[in-house]
Amino acid sequence: MTTHLRHAPHRGDSHTPGLVTREAHGGLRGYIVGYVLAVMLTVAAFSVARSTNMAPFSVEAGLAVLAIAQMLVHLIFFLHINTAPAQKINVIAFATTMLIILIVVVGSMWIMGHLNHNMVPMDHLMQMQR
Amino acid sequence: MSSNVASLDIPVEGSDEQLSSRQHITGFGFYIYLLSDGILFAALFAVFAVLRTATDGGPDGHMLFSAHNAFIETACLLTSSFTCGIAMLACDRRNKFVALIGFLVTAALGLTFLALEVHEFADLISRGDGPDRSAFLSSFFTLVSTHGLHVTCGLLWLGVLLVQFLGRGFTPAMVRRFLCFSLFWHVLDVVWIGVFTFVYLVGGYL
Amino acid sequence: MFGKLTLSAIPFDQPIVMITCSVLIVGILAILALITYMHKWTWLWTEWITTVDHKRIGIMYTLLATVMLLRGFSDAIMMRSQQALASSNAHGFLPPEHYDQIFSAHGTIMIFFMAMPFVVGLMNFVVPLQIGARDVAFPVLNSVSFWLTAAGALLINLSLGIGEFARTGWLAYPPLSELPFSPGVGVDYYLWSLQISGVGTLLSGVNLVTTILKMRAPGMRLSMMPIFTWTALASNMLIVAAFPILTATFAMLLLDRYLGMHFFTNDGGGNPMMYINLIWTWGHPEVYILILPPFGVFSEVIATFSRKPLFGYRSMVIATMVITLLAFTTWLHHFFTMGSGADVNGFFGITTMVIAIPTGVKIFNWLFTMYGGRVRFASPVLWTIGFMVTFTIGGMTGVLMAVPPADFVLHNSLFLVAHFHNVIIGGVVFGCFAGFTYWFPKAFGFRLHEGLGKAAFWCWFFGFYLAFMPLYILGFMGMTRRMNHYDDPAWLPYLLFAEGGAVLILIGILLQVTQLVWSIRHRETLRGGAADPWDGRTLEWSTTSPPPAYNFARVPKVSGLDAYWGAKQEVMPASSESFEAIEIPKNSGLGFFMSFFAVIGGFGMIWHIWWMGVLAIIAFIALIAWSSWDENDEFELSAAEVGRLERTQPHVV
Repeated sequence: MTTHLRHAPHRGDSHTPGLVTREAHGGLRGYIVGYVLAVMLTVAAFSVARSTNMAPFSVEAGLAVLAIAQMLVHLIFFLHINTAPAQKINVIAFATTMLIILIVVVGSMWIMGHLNHNMVPMDHLMQMQR
Repeated sequence: MSSNVASLDIPVEGSDEQLSSRQHITGFGFYIYLLSDGILFAALFAVFAVLRTATDGGPDGHMLFSAHNAFIETACLLTSSFTCGIAMLACDRRNKFVALIGFLVTAALGLTFLALEVHEFADLISRGDGPDRSAFLSSFFTLVSTHGLHVTCGLLWLGVLLVQFLGRGFTPAMVRRFLCFSLFWHVLDVVWIGVFTFVYLVGGYL
Repeated sequence: MFGKLTLSAIPFDQPIVMITCSVLIVGILAILALITYMHKWTWLWTEWITTVDHKRIGIMYTLLATVMLLRGFSDAIMMRSQQALASSNAHGFLPPEHYDQIFSAHGTIMIFFMAMPFVVGLMNFVVPLQIGARDVAFPVLNSVSFWLTAAGALLINLSLGIGEFARTGWLAYPPLSELPFSPGVGVDYYLWSLQISGVGTLLSGVNLVTTILKMRAPGMRLSMMPIFTWTALASNMLIVAAFPILTATFAMLLLDRYLGMHFFTNDGGGNPMMYINLIWTWGHPEVYILILPPFGVFSEVIATFSRKPLFGYRSMVIATMVITLLAFTTWLHHFFTMGSGADVNGFFGITTMVIAIPTGVKIFNWLFTMYGGRVRFASPVLWTIGFMVTFTIGGMTGVLMAVPPADFVLHNSLFLVAHFHNVIIGGVVFGCFAGFTYWFPKAFGFRLHEGLGKAAFWCWFFGFYLAFMPLYILGFMGMTRRMNHYDDPAWLPYLLFAEGGAVLILIGILLQVTQLVWSIRHRETLRGGAADPWDGRTLEWSTTSPPPAYNFARVPKVSGLDAYWGAKQEVMPASSESFEAIEIPKNSGLGFFMSFFAVIGGFGMIWHIWWMGVLAIIAFIALIAWSSWDENDEFELSAAEVGRLERTQPHVV
């Protein structure tokens, strides 16, 4: 008898992303559904971008929504991250990462936008130095 | 394989379950690494967002990007993600033939993607719109080619894995590595969604 | 053939550098000769260089950190001496271009190669023991992490004798660090060594997060983890989240310098301010990466030596996690003066003040832990109390600078220098020393000499105040940081006091070296109660000192906080003598060889020796692929063997 405790996790939360069995997630069907949804969202994104009769801001917002939707599709159907209790830790890790990504990207844009706004224009600066 | 989550609560006996618990640890660690990779891309996206308009009198995204090319690239990568999933299902069922075909198709689609990207880059550079032209182009090339570099690494990795796979079949270590690879590949596709949306569509049309 | 590397890269004309280098080379040769003479190469290779045991790796991290402390401190005392000499008409002994390299090297080395390895070393050694695990989740990766950090440290020290180091300050702000203004190899040394060690740190962060979340002993829920493990978890989560930003930022600066891109340049639409924004998006979490584990150390020490459970365990955990998240929302306070305006400055000023609240909660928790306890004033406790006093002052000057208008006055003055040394020395360094003294007996089976330790503490403590309180005043008097020379004679007395403080700290360091040497030579007298010399509360004290390779012959079962303390209060049933077989990871040279190629590759890239860089990168990748061929990375220690080891352990309680 050998027990190998070095690798023995101890709690039920050891569900791993991507590590999936047929029983749990519908297997092939899940992948096909995910693929079809992703294709639809991609086509929608490309056609929204081409449409000329929408305001630039609404196109941008629409594209962002489509991108987030498609990322969710990938997460759920390909990476098998869901809200099952066993996956709590995975979801928390993922949500924290998304929050940090949001802080970094939005924060940088906010800060740099204000910096640009407050910057003395280059020709002005040249005059001041004279 | 790992269906019996409840049994992980207690020290388990027998090699199969023990190895699957190692699989959980490796998979989780790799997942954490992938999340950190996401933050690396976030930094590059932030730079692209800030420097998007810094064209220094040179061309902007509107003049340079071809949605046609980006669409084919997207199709390749998305389909390869799907075939990678199919191959993983075959691994789960220990079906060597289907797994092999699945991974080979994945690799072929990945290569096509890379070829398209290299072609696009070469075209831009030959027109004098290389990464040293302006801050905007620096950030574009760096963001997109960092993703491309990940794809290249993934393909090299898959190549090594397939050679090993042909030699030894479904050993526990092999399954563990395929699992990590498939996670990596899916996440690359998720990053690509951001790239094609915010670089090629938002950056190219607006 | 050799890129930019010629014989003129060696600074023969600078006596200080040449003497230092010769002493170093002679020292290294002497060590190598000693190892050869004592036939220790095989021992060194199998027991240390290729080891994947988290305890050994933790010890090596700590060793690296102490060696780098000596390097960084000699930079510091040179700067202090320069400023004590270079008043008015005198110009001191360091020319500006050399002085600029010294303050850049001091900051870089102290943060990346002293504080980081020390903290990572403590976490590596302690965390698996505290959670009752037999190793970290990925032992080989752990060795790779360590060796990549060591590779970065080696590369940065090569710049001492071959070429030059950056003259840009420790964060290498562009446009100064861009090619037109820093054409030499200094910035390249900086970037490549930090890229290499940064990858090591990131991998070690992934490793420890996985270890803590997935490998705790049966029964140990998150809410039962020792507080040091909690802070280690928070610190490593921050590593995983922040270091990729550093890697990306440095990569972009490298692209600017090597491929002529325009991220942070003055021309081509580049934006240097974006670098400053990004580097502090990493840099502020880095502050908490460094300080959180010492907070954990202080919590363990104060609970153990007060013989009480930690006051407010839950609030401590919550405070730690709140700090972890808020760490990502304060980075702009490092560049209030860059001009983002009132809205942005106001927001980040407030978040900065908010993050002081959970830190204050912790201070009160430690105070209330001591209240009503029977505190033993051993040297770890002295470091802790010294920390509580010093860190509170440093924290308050920090809150003062969090007020944007005040920061406009104090930015880049010596006030700022005094502030961050106040929190880093008073927090991180004192914490590392407390942890070092506290866990030393666990690692080696004997304690450190107590009297010398206390003497070292007092030298450090008063030395710190003498060295840095004058800098606060100088900051108010208008002295800026990084000055090679100054004209105002009124500053001189303060700088002489500061020099005196640095000398006092030097005495403290010498006392610590003496303490270490004395304790090793007289170790037989210091073995008392070796497994559990402090009457500890957590699981690491339940195994032998030093612990066996597998840490615990029987994996502990945990049912509450302070698991070992709880177990000690009960009459333990005589353990049945049956042991089980244990899988132990095999030694691996992967980390050493990877770091070898990383050094070669980094050196090639720094000096534009392209063939060397490319060959090293190919070798690096081939090595990883080749190492993946071996699937049997563990061997099994049979039950009989475990039993034999357990019975022959010299220090079993």
